[in-house]
Amino acid sequence: MATNTRPRTADSVEQAEPQAAEPREQRGEPAGQLRSYYERMSLIRAFELRSSEMYARAKIGGYCHLNLGEEATVVGLMEALQARDYLFVGYRDHGYALMRGLSPERVMAELFGKTTGVSGGRGGSMHMYDTETRLFGGYGIVGGQIPPATGVALALTYRQKPGAEAEAVMCLLGDGTTNIGAFHESLNLAGLWNLPIVFVVVNNKLGMGTTVERSSAEPELHKRGASYRIPGVRVDGDDVIAVRDAARAALDQARTLRRPVLLEVMCYRLRGHSVVDPARYRSADDTAVAQKADPVPAFRATLIAAGVLDEAAADAIDAEADARVTAAVEFAEKSPDPSPDDLFAYVYATPVANAPSALPGDPVTDAL
Amino acid sequence: MTTEMRTTPAIRTITYRQALNETLRAELLRDENVFLIGEEIGVFEGSYKITAGLLAEFGPQRVVDAPIAEEGFVGAAIGAAMVGMRPVVEIMTINFSLIAIDQIVNHAAKMRSMYGGQVAVPMVIRMPGGGGQQLAATHSQNLEVWYAHIPGLKVVAPSTPADAKALLTAAIRDDDPVIFLENLSLYSAKGEVPDGEQVAEIGKAAIVRTGTDLSIVSYSRGTTTALEVARQLEAEGLSIEVVDLRSLRPLDRDTICASVRKTGHAVVFEDDWLSYGIGAEISATIGEGVFDFLDAPVRRVAAAEVPLPYAKSLELAALPSAAALSRVVREVLNVAPLDK
Repeated sequence: MATNTRPRTADSVEQAEPQAAEPREQRGEPAGQLRSYYERMSLIRAFELRSSEMYARAKIGGYCHLNLGEEATVVGLMEALQARDYLFVGYRDHGYALMRGLSPERVMAELFGKTTGVSGGRGGSMHMYDTETRLFGGYGIVGGQIPPATGVALALTYRQKPGAEAEAVMCLLGDGTTNIGAFHESLNLAGLWNLPIVFVVVNNKLGMGTTVERSSAEPELHKRGASYRIPGVRVDGDDVIAVRDAARAALDQARTLRRPVLLEVMCYRLRGHSVVDPARYRSADDTAVAQKADPVPAFRATLIAAGVLDEAAADAIDAEADARVTAAVEFAEKSPDPSPDDLFAYVYATPVANAPSALPGDPVTDAL
Repeated sequence: MTTEMRTTPAIRTITYRQALNETLRAELLRDENVFLIGEEIGVFEGSYKITAGLLAEFGPQRVVDAPIAEEGFVGAAIGAAMVGMRPVVEIMTINFSLIAIDQIVNHAAKMRSMYGGQVAVPMVIRMPGGGGQQLAATHSQNLEVWYAHIPGLKVVAPSTPADAKALLTAAIRDDDPVIFLENLSLYSAKGEVPDGEQVAEIGKAAIVRTGTDLSIVSYSRGTTTALEVARQLEAEGLSIEVVDLRSLRPLDRDTICASVRKTGHAVVFEDDWLSYGIGAEISATIGEGVFDFLDAPVRRVAAAEVPLPYAKSLELAALPSAAALSRVVREVLNVAPLDK
């Protein structure tokens, strides 16, 4: 994929998947599949650009982190993950929810805080959850998802044998998250107990405004599994096929051998940490590198060069993505807000005597 | 086992420790989704021997020895609970739970609400607290309010072997994360425990002694001290009611208020520090709920606000005692102090 051979920073390392020799743009992939990958990347791009716009228009509140620049990574990882597998994500989770099969309507409605949202409007941008598709949550606390993901993998060992049809867990985290204790404790447990889990470090090279080199004593993050005898693999996150294949191989190892894998996916964050971050800490050079590596136009150009798409077909895909997102916004706008009557609806799963239900200013006890 | 059941009396006197052990065993037998996880609970049989014999009977998959990684294994238990397992976590003491507090407070307590009711976290976190064992400041804390403050958690603190059994059974069968507070000084305490299935109702306090002059509100170890003081004062003609909270979240405000409405006087006896403690919440509840029935201000007997020292003389000075409770009850009732 010639256009994905992007400039590298000084710490450039070997790739898990060798770069395809030019000009094998199609790389043996069926044209329909490549087109489908582009449709998905285009949808994420359109969705995230619209999210940014809706945030600016105060339709979306709180924190809002976008997958812009990470589309190839998201599509590649989610193409590898099977419906029977469990997915844990950090707070940059919109694209993953979409690729897990949730409609743009429900994801946008969650951003709008509506009852029709993925999490009923209770979670917002960082907390997409869907039991049916085994999207086991976006997590706003850095590293918070890693121990529970490890626990789901532990539970799987109680309920099934290893094998090609077994279930596995994929736990995503950012580059900055590899410095937190929960990461190391969980990798130790996964290595010690032989758990079917793939930890995926989405390395966009920045934890908010802090580079990997300024935060990690071992900046080659895939090597951080070494203490736990967990093999590490690094892959080019701008190459959707390379990401997919690396994730498939890692998931296969988790299912069949019950051995965890640490997969590091190298990508770029096109914009700031969140919607409101202008990323002034980023040099002009770095920004230029990120923009040049932008996987969406790059993949589009690759597919046009390979004859999989022409300009008109690519434009039609982009227009369709935009139309779907427009419909999602309309759906979210029209959806009802959660009622204050339901404020306490989900505090407890098992009803319990004397559960608090007072609103601010209410008496704490009905005087006897 | 059936033979044993037939020959066992309906009520036995056993220790709090044995009640916990037997309950864990019964629940492991009853439900294959129940498993135990914690440090030194298997081969070592538990720091306080609560899990004695269970590894031998149930094997390493049901009784999981975890590395020293509270955040990791508490979080792993949360994940297992998310897919329907029923983990019972032992944290060696409540002091070490601070290392896992992100998983407990930010995750176990939040998931159901934050994900719109799509997931439940049916797990129990057992841990002992309490001072008085000369374990010094970092190993002697009563941090119950840290957890009792958090919506989404349930927090129980049994004071007797019978409640230890019935509340632990309820906690394991509950679909929410339950913080199960034990107390180092209660493990060897004995009490009558009914055989067979006993399931307490979480969220309910109990009047464990009736009286007409004053209500002592307490929980866990404090309830045993309150009962002891009440018995002493009875000899002097004072009729003391004792309210055992049993559940710190939810808090049974109605039972507290009903008791104080009857007696007109209240003292809270708590093992935690005074400021912002359990007693502060109880006092506010009484003040708001039954102010018109109070004949004197509510008083609190709590721990001195100091990191608990090692030296016995200092430890005794800092911890709430029967003597202090007895003195405060007399002050509230305006009864002459005992001659020394």
